Amino acid sequence: MIAGISIYEILTLTTLLFFIGVYGFITRKNLISILISVELIMNASVVNFVIINKYLYPDALQGVIFSIFIIAVAAAETALAIAIIINLYRQIGSVEVDATETMKY
Amino acid sequence: MDIRYIYLIPFIPLAVFLLLGLNYKRIKPSVSGYIGVFGLLVSTVLSYYTAYQYFFVPGKVNGVYKPIIDRHVWMNFTDTLSIDMGLYIDAISVMMLVVVSTISLMVHIYSRGYMKGDGGYTKFFAFLSLFTFSMFGLVLSTNLFQIYIFWELVGVSSFLLIGYYYTKPSAIAAAKKAFIVTRFADLGFLIGILIMGYYTGTFDFETLNNPEGSSILNWASTSFMGLSVITWGLLLIFVGGAGKSAMMPFHIWLPDAMEGPTPVSALIHAATMVVAGVYLVARLFPMFYFVEEGFALSIVAYVGGISSLFAAVIAITQTDIKRVLAFSTMSQLGYMMMALGVSGYDGLEGVGYMASMFHLFTHAMFKALLFLGAGSVIHAVHSNYLKDMGGLRKNLPITNITFLIAALAIAGIPPFAGFWSKDEILVAAFENNQLLYYIGVFVAGLTAFYMFRIYFGIFWGKEKQYDHPPHESPASMTVPLMILGVLSVVVGFIPFSEFVTPDGKGFEAHLNYPLAAIAVTVGIIGIVLAWVFYKKENNLADTYAKRFGVFYKWAYHKFYFDEIYLFITKKILFNGVAASVALFDKKVVDGTMNQIGNKTVFTSEKIKGIQSGKLQDYALAFVGGVVVLVMIFIYFWTE
Amino acid sequence: MEKYIFYTLAFSMIAFAIAAVNSRKMMRSVIYLLFVLVGIAGIFFLIDYNFLAAIQLTVYGGGVIVLMIFSVLLVHHIELELTLAKTYKRIVAAIVSAIGIGVFLQVIYTYDFPVVENYKTTSTADIGEKLLSYGDGGFVLPFEVISVLLLAAMIGAIVIAKGKKT
Repeated sequence: MIAGISIYEILTLTTLLFFIGVYGFITRKNLISILISVELIMNASVVNFVIINKYLYPDALQGVIFSIFIIAVAAAETALAIAIIINLYRQIGSVEVDATETMKY
Repeated sequence: MDIRYIYLIPFIPLAVFLLLGLNYKRIKPSVSGYIGVFGLLVSTVLSYYTAYQYFFVPGKVNGVYKPIIDRHVWMNFTDTLSIDMGLYIDAISVMMLVVVSTISLMVHIYSRGYMKGDGGYTKFFAFLSLFTFSMFGLVLSTNLFQIYIFWELVGVSSFLLIGYYYTKPSAIAAAKKAFIVTRFADLGFLIGILIMGYYTGTFDFETLNNPEGSSILNWASTSFMGLSVITWGLLLIFVGGAGKSAMMPFHIWLPDAMEGPTPVSALIHAATMVVAGVYLVARLFPMFYFVEEGFALSIVAYVGGISSLFAAVIAITQTDIKRVLAFSTMSQLGYMMMALGVSGYDGLEGVGYMASMFHLFTHAMFKALLFLGAGSVIHAVHSNYLKDMGGLRKNLPITNITFLIAALAIAGIPPFAGFWSKDEILVAAFENNQLLYYIGVFVAGLTAFYMFRIYFGIFWGKEKQYDHPPHESPASMTVPLMILGVLSVVVGFIPFSEFVTPDGKGFEAHLNYPLAAIAVTVGIIGIVLAWVFYKKENNLADTYAKRFGVFYKWAYHKFYFDEIYLFITKKILFNGVAASVALFDKKVVDGTMNQIGNKTVFTSEKIKGIQSGKLQDYALAFVGGVVVLVMIFIYFWTE
Repeated sequence: MEKYIFYTLAFSMIAFAIAAVNSRKMMRSVIYLLFVLVGIAGIFFLIDYNFLAAIQLTVYGGGVIVLMIFSVLLVHHIELELTLAKTYKRIVAAIVSAIGIGVFLQVIYTYDFPVVENYKTTSTADIGEKLLSYGDGGFVLPFEVISVLLLAAMIGAIVIAKGKKT
């Protein structure tokens, strides 16, 4: 627990981070930027897991362990996404979302 | 009696049609003629065998000729209403088989000579076979719908054959005219069929024609505009029959149909197809007779009588010999209709029906002979017009004699065939309707007059200058002429009343001597008048034509019927009705459809942005949707 | 004291997060993200989850961010200005996000969390035991699955990024 800080303040912080991520995901045009937004969303949820674990169930460790898993999965996801982006760049010379739409036609 | 072999009669010509039609380029003309003639020969033999079988082998059952029916359900609508396919063998269909096969065989043989050297020789025989198939199917039909199918098939083959010389604009116009006019009449036929099907619950001739059956007994159950609906149905069916049989006012196609090759005119437009209307009325005769005390039948009688008179008057003035024969055909068909119209049902009362069928039979023989003879003349002088002919009796001896026989037959001079049948018609008319009787006698005189007018005009009179001397036609053409000439004499002696009567019982016909004497006298007067007018070159005819003045002009122009039709169709229908309908169609109907289409395109243009295919747009919609759903669940969802 | 540190961290994280999603320079965007991730590690330190904070720093700060920087350097000019979405779309996204924030906060603040007062320290050993225990509430199976997943992801990333041999 953080002295003088209630759970509400921390949850407010994560909510803000989460929706900033959503906003970024919707508005950015670049694949790497979208990836950054996704990282923001994920981290907001990781913090939520940990905070709820700490404030409500201090004797349990599930939240922490889930956070570890999420971080692992996020790392794997980032690695794959970066691989795809680089491959895409090789294929079409761009990582803009608009450029990838040529597949549709 | 196993009647299934009768299926061969129509199907052999169909097979010939397919064989010749599909191998049009591959079969040599000389071979195709033989194929056509041989196929029809088999059909003819089978037809005669059928006639023999029907009339003599089972003969009468309890003194009545019963129809023999072979029926197969084709389309089932209700328990009683179905469209069947099959054979209906009774006295008149057997008679028609004999007529159609005989005339068709003669025409086939004749065409081998007449059409020699024509580019479409094989095609011609294919069409002839198609027509023969359709005609056989028509006479063998078991129900109204089957007859309608073949009815349209003969219409199509008639169209094809009239337009056979398809490089000639007048032939194309005539083919279209024939097709459209008969098609228009067939619309009435179709509506009549539907009315019959709806109100009687059956299309089947056997059920419809049963005098004790429900369709006849219950005729008064529903009425429309003062008449029973069944009567309306019968009248509409008669409209179809009138279209095919060139009754007033649907006759305008028949004279123009003479644009086709002459054998076609002989086969289709004199002997077989045009009598289909008469046959149709005869086929439904019990209905016509019993429903509403024969109201529809009296209409048939008057239409027949008036058409007969009308056509005979026009025939006097025409100069194209084929057209004279066409109007003569129309006049004789009117005779048959009239005879049907004045007929009764039981026993001796049925003399009109019998006479009509008898006249159909004899008329087929001598009218085909007249046409084929005319064809022979045209073949010799290369013209249709009376003014180009004259004094041909030395050049065309066989044609001359056979034509004379046919002309005497149609004029009703004993002992030729026409005398016997015409006499029966006049007897029937005399007993039932005096007015129609006098019309009939007058027409008989006119018939004799116009027929001998062209006879004398062609074979007597002054010899004309010909490009090359006319010579007699080849044997392939004269042999059918001779056969038909013999038939025109002998068929009158067939005791027709024993076989063909409305109730199937048969009776013994007697010659009514006073009436016969009157008819013959009138006929002879007609012939003598023609002899005076046309035997020698003189200007008597012109003088009298002038004396009749306006009336002659009217008759010469066929009473302006074509012009009336043109006025109605071109001026009133096309400009008045059709134009406004077309405007309505373009603006309102098409407009509505176009607007619906345009609006759809417009709307989809507007909303297609939603379906952008961009992941982020979907994500936005998804997040927005989730937020909205969460709000609904939290704030508005109350248990 | 901890209170002020938290507020400092919180405001700077929000500011950097907004900067990360709005910056028109790719590289800066990544670095702003790094600051947010480090801030999150700081919060883990504040609530005494030192091991988690360490993981956060190594995996995110050390792994993911470096990977992103490499990819940015591979595919972009450093000076490249990024295009932004259309204004109306950004406004719509902002409105949707704002409504979402409002709804979430409203839900959070109306709910009474049964908070347990504690200042417990969790050691790495506890986490390790829990992670490798195969008794009740043990996570050994997910742990193994995650390790296989990571291996598969690694191989997959190599295969994809390598592309076809031409």
